[in-house]
Amino acid sequence: MKKIVVLSGKGGTGKTTISSSFARLMANKYNKLNIADCDVEAPNLHLMFKNELIEQKEYYGSKLATIDYNICTNCKLCYEKCRFNAITIKDDLVFINELDCEGCGFCDYICPVNAISLNDELTGHINGSKIENGYLSYANLKIGADGAGKVVTEVRQMAESYNIDSNFPYLLIDGSPGIGCVVIASLTGCDYAIVVTEPTQSGLNDLKRVLELIKFFDMPCYVIINKYDLNEEKTTEIEQYIKIMDSKTDIVVIGKIPFDKLVSESIQNETPIVAYKKSDAGLAITKAWNELISKIH
Amino acid sequence: MKISILSGKGGTGKTTISTNLSYYMALKNYNVQYWDFDIEEPNGFIFLNPEIEKNETVTSKMPEVDENLCTKCGDCAKYCNFNALAVTKNKVMVFEKLCHDCGLCYEVCPVNAISEVSRPIGEIKMGYSKKANLKSTSGFLNIQEPTGVPIIKRMKKIMDLNSNSNSNSNVINILDAPPGSSCNVLNTVKDSDFSLLITEPTKFGLHDLDIAVSVLDYLKIPYGVIINKSNEYDTIIEDYCKTKDIEIIGKIPFSKEIAKNYSKGNLLVEITNHKESNLFTKNMDIIFSNLKRRLNL
Repeated sequence: MKKIVVLSGKGGTGKTTISSSFARLMANKYNKLNIADCDVEAPNLHLMFKNELIEQKEYYGSKLATIDYNICTNCKLCYEKCRFNAITIKDDLVFINELDCEGCGFCDYICPVNAISLNDELTGHINGSKIENGYLSYANLKIGADGAGKVVTEVRQMAESYNIDSNFPYLLIDGSPGIGCVVIASLTGCDYAIVVTEPTQSGLNDLKRVLELIKFFDMPCYVIINKYDLNEEKTTEIEQYIKIMDSKTDIVVIGKIPFDKLVSESIQNETPIVAYKKSDAGLAITKAWNELISKIH
Repeated sequence: MKISILSGKGGTGKTTISTNLSYYMALKNYNVQYWDFDIEEPNGFIFLNPEIEKNETVTSKMPEVDENLCTKCGDCAKYCNFNALAVTKNKVMVFEKLCHDCGLCYEVCPVNAISEVSRPIGEIKMGYSKKANLKSTSGFLNIQEPTGVPIIKRMKKIMDLNSNSNSNSNVINILDAPPGSSCNVLNTVKDSDFSLLITEPTKFGLHDLDIAVSVLDYLKIPYGVIINKSNEYDTIIEDYCKTKDIEIIGKIPFSKEIAKNYSKGNLLVEITNHKESNLFTKNMDIIFSNLKRRLNL
């Protein structure tokens, strides 16, 4: 199974618009679909597909220290030793601030009377749902949930478990913005990366940072410039930048998508833009998809 | 005072609002400072273009094992809750990027074979935007580093030291937060006096706004909403705010001219010779007067 991850560096460049469209085109071509939303902090892909939950797994992403006040002698050693300031003193009593606790276990180890224990914390759920022609996996996290890299791995594991048909070649992963642990976990073990960018100075800066990251993973990378006509000068600058990069790695621009007001209408209607026959953006995305398929097949 | 700007969804205009608001307030002679906490993809400096006066490398601590002292007992690996250490027959391996710098391994080592060493993970740049004499600070996470939390914590420390000095007691800090709801976001916004939630009138925008709202409710931070790229679909955000009793602080209309200027890296409040850009400043007036009322500025 080939894994294709859609990334962006900068948020709001149209990752979900592209991945939902690619998903639709994939379903048209193979009559099958397997997608994973790894933008675990702000998942949106499920808004674009009618989906029915078929499986839900509890996700324990971190550990949390708790104090048994029946045993605690209030010696405050835990307070002194915690490096995350997760133990504070209120009314002369030590208490654990859940948001700051990283679950390292230092307090548990150091407590002279064993009043502290470390417990797995339910940080959210991993969801598997049935959509037309296939499956969508995504996560729901509790507020402030940590260990987002791990949750991405679990979403991907669930998605991979749905690959029942060995003839079906792809898993499409919608990644998250940025370059941190979530993005690293989305990229790990993938075969192809698609990076969606926009012709703005911020878009170019963030594109450079995410391409630097992808370089370490040594996989072919295909760039799509969304709303390219908003600033054609900047679009040219991006294309030139990629031409220079390409001498070192396999990076190619496979599509330029024009600005199209129908896109926001398509989101309101929860329908991927490629389903709109008269959409300029939809047509350009279809063209980019064909280009992608010709390269990876 | 700390005003954090966040969004849930990426690309809704956090940086546009934060940089322009900072600049706007500086021009009105408020003692304001801009802070870019979106350390994975920092873009604020593109617009404010400060002259950098100070550069600070941020480091994270990690263990270093003295192989001459180490007895390969394996305790360090056994107690590490992050799997950052592995002990083989001949060697202790340290996975530096998994290390949370909790300090437990130093404590558990029975022969004191482990010491702390620093490694750089990113930097903080500080400077002044000349035109409005606006102090601007931004964090930058190194590529391939999984977490920028230490950079965020260091920036918050600098901010607090700075705000506590007598000459700066009335400083208004504008915090440009990262997208999402992760530990990066929580560490950025947690002690804010007020938050501005930037959203856009799409189903994606609404979905992610709801996530950001629950973060702020959890942290008990007061907030208001700004609708960016405002258009005929505004009602979906307005209806949501009405049911939740959230004040809409202002709107920025959808405008190709604004998007074009943003794409060039321009500050919008600076442009006075264009109708649509003037419209931006007019809306900024409304946003600011609402903010003034809410915060007694």
